[in-house]
Amino acid sequence: MINNESIVEEVVGQFGQKVFGFEEPFGLLTFTTNASDLIEVVDFLKNHSEFKFNFLTDVAGIHFPDNLGGELCSMCMLHSWENNIRVRIKVFVPIADPKVPTLSTLFASANWMERETFDFYGIEYTGHPNLKRILNMEDMDYFPMRKEYPLEDATREDKIDALFGR
Amino acid sequence: MAENTLILPKDSNDALALNVPMVEDKQYSTLNLGPVHPATHGIFQNILTMDGERIVDSEQTVGYIHRAFEKIAERRPFYQITTLTDRLNYCSSPINNFGWHMTVEKLLGVKVPKRAEYIRVIMMELARISDHLICNSILGVDTGAYSGFLYVMQEREKIYEIYEEVCGARLTTNMGRIGGMERDLSPTAIAKIRDLVFNSFPKVWAEFETLFNRNRIFRDRIQNVGAISSARAIEYGFTGPNLRATGVDYDIRVMEPYSSYQDFDFEIPIGHKGDTFDRFMVRNGEVWESLKIVQQAIENLPEGPYYADEDHYYLPPKKEVYSSMEALIYHFKIVMGEIDAPVGEVYHAVEGGNGELGFYLISDGGRTPYRLHFRRPSFIYYQAYPEMCKGLTISDAVVIMSSLNVIAGELDA
Repeated sequence: MINNESIVEEVVGQFGQKVFGFEEPFGLLTFTTNASDLIEVVDFLKNHSEFKFNFLTDVAGIHFPDNLGGELCSMCMLHSWENNIRVRIKVFVPIADPKVPTLSTLFASANWMERETFDFYGIEYTGHPNLKRILNMEDMDYFPMRKEYPLEDATREDKIDALFGR
Repeated sequence: MAENTLILPKDSNDALALNVPMVEDKQYSTLNLGPVHPATHGIFQNILTMDGERIVDSEQTVGYIHRAFEKIAERRPFYQITTLTDRLNYCSSPINNFGWHMTVEKLLGVKVPKRAEYIRVIMMELARISDHLICNSILGVDTGAYSGFLYVMQEREKIYEIYEEVCGARLTTNMGRIGGMERDLSPTAIAKIRDLVFNSFPKVWAEFETLFNRNRIFRDRIQNVGAISSARAIEYGFTGPNLRATGVDYDIRVMEPYSSYQDFDFEIPIGHKGDTFDRFMVRNGEVWESLKIVQQAIENLPEGPYYADEDHYYLPPKKEVYSSMEALIYHFKIVMGEIDAPVGEVYHAVEGGNGELGFYLISDGGRTPYRLHFRRPSFIYYQAYPEMCKGLTISDAVVIMSSLNVIAGELDA
C-alpha cells in the first residue's frame, strides 16, 4: 500500500538532504527540493516501479517577497493514477536569478504550463524549448503576477485599504 | 508529388508517425486559422504552414481574451471569486462555480448537507450535458450538418431555463454559495428537471444519435482523424472526454469522489483509438451517463437543509437580517468580505466538461486568497493540437479543434 509515509521514506532514502520541508496540507504530500535536484527527483518519482507518478497535473508560480533568497516558488504537482496519490514539489529560487530546470523533457504538457509561469512570474525554465510569453503580449517588460504590482491604482486616496482589512 | 509523398494519417493511430519533416528551400504557404475564424469558436489563432492542402507545421497564439483572473482573485473576498469562475468554461459554468465552492469549503472545513450535495450534482450533470451537447452538435455544424445543432439547441434552452429557475441567471450562473445552495430547488425547478430528464431529453438525444452515429458522410469526415495514442495523451496532460477517448478511464468523479458522487451508479464510457469519432462517441455516452445520474439524484433527493450551518461564511436568511442583531452583523461582515479564512494550501479538482478542473489555493489567513491558480484542462491539452493535425488537411484540422472542445474562456483565464 502506497501512502504518504512510504513515499517520504523512499524519497528521503534516495535523496537524503536534497529533499526537505515535508508537510501534508489536507493530506497532500508537499515537499521542497533544490532547483539543481528537481529533475532527478521528478524523474525518480515518475519512473519508480511502484509509485508511477505518471501525470503532471499542474505547474504554478508563487511569489513570497519576504522569503529572502527564495522569493519565487515554482510548484509542480504530480499524480500517480495507479495508486491515486498526489504529490506536490516546490522549488524556491532567488528573484535576482530565478532559474529552474524545465520539466518538459519528462512531460510534454509542462511546455505551456511553464510558459505561463514564466509569463506571470518570470521564472526562467532552463532547457525549455520555447520559453516565451503565452497569455500576455510579447513586448510586455514586467511580470504581472508578482506581488509588487498591486491590482488597484496605488495612487487612489479615497479608498483606504486598512479600513477594509486588506 | 512523387518525391514528396506524405504518410497518410488515416492508417495510423500514433500521431507521431505523421511527423512530416520540413524540407529546406521548399516554399510553403502560411495560413492563419483564426483569431476570428468561425471554426475556432472563440478567439485564438493557429498559424498553419501548408504544403498545398496538407498541414506541415502549426503554431498557436493564445491569450486574446486573457482577463487576469488569478490576479483579480488576489484582491477579492472568496465569495466574489465565484463570478470569475463562471467565465472560465462558460459552456458549463455551474461545474466551475461548485468546484470553487468546494475548494473553499475544504479550506474552511465546512461540511455540506446531503441535500445541497445532491442539488449540486444535479446542476453539475445538467451542465455537463449542455457542454457535451454544444460540443457534439457544433462538430456536426463544422462538418456541414446544421440541423442536428438547431434541434438539440432547444434542449439546451430547457437546461438554461432550469438554471434560471435555480439561480436567476442563464450563462454566467454564479450558482450556489460557499456552504451550500443559495435557495432550495423550487417545485417548478423540480418539475422542469423531471420533465427534461424523464420525458423530453432522452428522446431528443436518441434522435440526435440516430442522425449522426451511423451517418456515412459524418463518419467519413471524423473517423481516424486526429488520433492520439493514450501514452501521448497522458504526456500532454489530457483529461476528461478527450483522454477517455484514447481508452484511459480516468475520471475525477470516481478517482476522488466529491459531492456524494459515490452514491450514484454510472459508467465511464471510453473509446480506444483516440480519434475524433471516439471523442464524439465518448461525449455521447457521457450524456447518457449524466442523464442517469440526474435521474437517480432527483428520485433520491434527500430532505433536510440545503446549506451548512456556518454563520461565519453563509449569509443568514434575509428575514433574520431584519430582525436579529447577530444575523445583521454576520450579513454585514460577509458582504464586506471581513471574514478571515484559515491559513492553508488546498488543491481541489472536479471533473469539468473538458477534464480535470483544479483549483490551487493558498490562503495566508487573510480575507482574500494569497494565490489562486486554475488548472484549466483546455489550456493544457490544446498544446497537443499541432501534433494532432500534422499531415492532415484544413478540413480535418477544423474538426479536430471542434472535437477537442477548446473553450476560449478556459484557455485564456
